[in-house]
Amino acid sequence: MRRSSVPIELKASFPESAKTSLRDTQLRRNLGKATQTIRGKRAAVVNEMPDWENLREAGRAIKQRVMRHLDHYLLELETAVQRAGGQVHWARDAADANRIVAEIARNHASKEVIKVKSLTTDEIKMNEALGELGIHALETDLAELIIQLADESSSHILVPAIHKNRAEIRELFMRKLGVEELSDEPAALAEVARRHLRDKFLNTKVAISGANFAVAETGTICVVESEGNGRMCVTLPEVLVSVMGIEKIIPTWQDYEVFLQLLPRSSTGERMNPYSSFWTSVTPGDGPQEFHLVLLDNGRTQVLADEMGRQTLYCIRCSACLNVCPVYERVGGYAYNSVYPGPIGAILTPQLRGLENAESLPYASSLCGACYDVCPVKINIPEVLIHLRGRVVRERQERQGVRHNLYPEDLAMQMLTQIFLDQFQFERVQRLGRLGQEPLARGGFIGNLPGPLAGWTAMRDMNVIPEQTFREWWRSRYE
Amino acid sequence: MRVALFITCFNDTLFPATGQAVVHLLERLGHQVVFPMEQTCCGQMHYNTGYHREAIPLVRRFVRIFSPYEAIVAPSASCVAMVRDLYPHAAELAEDRQLAAEIAALTPRVFELTEFLINKLGVEDVGAYYPHRVTYHPTCHSLRHLRVGDAPLRLLRAVKGIDLVDLPAAEECCGFGGTFAVKNADTSMAMLSDKLRRVLDTRAEVCTAADNSCLMHINGALHRQRTGVRTLHLAEILATTERDFR
Repeated sequence: MRRSSVPIELKASFPESAKTSLRDTQLRRNLGKATQTIRGKRAAVVNEMPDWENLREAGRAIKQRVMRHLDHYLLELETAVQRAGGQVHWARDAADANRIVAEIARNHASKEVIKVKSLTTDEIKMNEALGELGIHALETDLAELIIQLADESSSHILVPAIHKNRAEIRELFMRKLGVEELSDEPAALAEVARRHLRDKFLNTKVAISGANFAVAETGTICVVESEGNGRMCVTLPEVLVSVMGIEKIIPTWQDYEVFLQLLPRSSTGERMNPYSSFWTSVTPGDGPQEFHLVLLDNGRTQVLADEMGRQTLYCIRCSACLNVCPVYERVGGYAYNSVYPGPIGAILTPQLRGLENAESLPYASSLCGACYDVCPVKINIPEVLIHLRGRVVRERQERQGVRHNLYPEDLAMQMLTQIFLDQFQFERVQRLGRLGQEPLARGGFIGNLPGPLAGWTAMRDMNVIPEQTFREWWRSRYE
Repeated sequence: MRVALFITCFNDTLFPATGQAVVHLLERLGHQVVFPMEQTCCGQMHYNTGYHREAIPLVRRFVRIFSPYEAIVAPSASCVAMVRDLYPHAAELAEDRQLAAEIAALTPRVFELTEFLINKLGVEDVGAYYPHRVTYHPTCHSLRHLRVGDAPLRLLRAVKGIDLVDLPAAEECCGFGGTFAVKNADTSMAMLSDKLRRVLDTRAEVCTAADNSCLMHINGALHRQRTGVRTLHLAEILATTERDFR
């Protein structure tokens, strides 16, 4: 089956969206192939590092310190950026940030801005916001360009077009870029994109970037990338605007030692990525002569307030957790209904948006723990998932008041607690279960369970409760 | 050694043969097994589904019942992981320091069966005989939560007559995940499909693991599809001896 052209509704729950994605055979194949390749590359370059575990520990420790003293580091960063001739803007939410960026573009009478791939600007839907004001934001990263041309959204943090194969990209370029003859060789596809973009790099006045890191001490921003489009965006235009989440800070230059080892190996499976660009506001006669840093909150201080959930902000967006996740590998990015998919999305999105707006996401995991094992800053994702499930339940119960006692799952869980609190009650229920299953059981299995358990027997048979429980056997042994 | 069996509510009700196997195995190795009859459920399903407050009375109950014993053994990696990893969180949530202290004292004595045999008792060859083609699936909780490593495989390799075959991509989750299998039934089944294909590729007649919950999920599909392959808890393989065939 081909991908349906109808976009998944934003409010759809994870199980509903996953159902749609799971039917997409092309997506399943593309994703399976791509994630397995990246997974293998990552494992190879991580296993060659004798001090990998120490690096992870260091990465986590640095980020932990940043979150504890974020107020201090933010002010230090602001001062450093201003000292070097840049302007700092504080944005409480998406609307704030988009208004600030639009104003800067307008001040330079720019109808078009170029962008280097930035998740943060996707999070605040900046392209759409600028578009409404008549400013076109052109994506210059190959994969971002692909999905922009296809009018789709990203399905992976690092490889936004992971859901597409090269045949699909060839067809898209021929249709949208007016190319008559084109092979599906990666080099040929890249060449078409390169020619399309080169002119834009040289003639656009304003560029927008995200930020992988910002050094509080010096005000130096860093963007890490593979294609060189980022390098052109941050050096060629007259004006550069960088939009970053407030959690992207690292205290000192020396901390790059840790993160520039952790990030490329975890994300693309490379020892070092091809381009790492660093800039400190403006340098007279060299590069953009006007620099703006937009510091975005958009729910992050809310995440910071939760002591257990806070570690989510350590994330350096490497996407290693997506590539090892058995759930992501099968459902893809769209099922998460967020720019942040996969295991990190399952914990980040609900915390940024408010749990009541993404209740199904903390449950979008089998808690297998593969994500925690690869996370370069050791975010204990399964632990945070369980914590957030606890908050989902508690907050719903508080919203519902006494009525929550009638909510089927609450009712079942409360009944089970009561049963398990009394040995004899438990034994009675075991016996009742054995009797109750009789009309359903055939040859030691049940093929059809009622109610909420129907999901189990939709695709699997269920064992019957045997004639004797363990405790009955134990008793009989000593009688 | 005197060993208290933590059977788990799931095995008690659905897989009594696994519990019997643990008893036979430990007794054969010269240990005394006791079964605290009061035990019911550790609260894992409640906790992992988000019902943290509802799980706290079960946590207290478990700690009260098992604290007197010097070694507590369960044939379930996920229930042991609940006690070891999540009980401390439950005590924190309950704001109960006394409970936290009792948990800290108790958890080093709670073992999953294979880690108990290898790490605590130091036995690899338990004298088992099992002349079948078997593949081993390392469950996520044994592998990544308890970190039992190759303990189960070392035990299996020492079984006489066994034809043990590697499971490709063994470390990938089977898709069970407790209530995940019901709440996200489609995704769960997509994960299981791939696991099943790999199990079948081994041409094994038995797929084994250290957790009956994952095995029930795997077996449910093996049976539905009439594959002619079944699952069996590792304890039941280890408990089988040549005498059973005479």
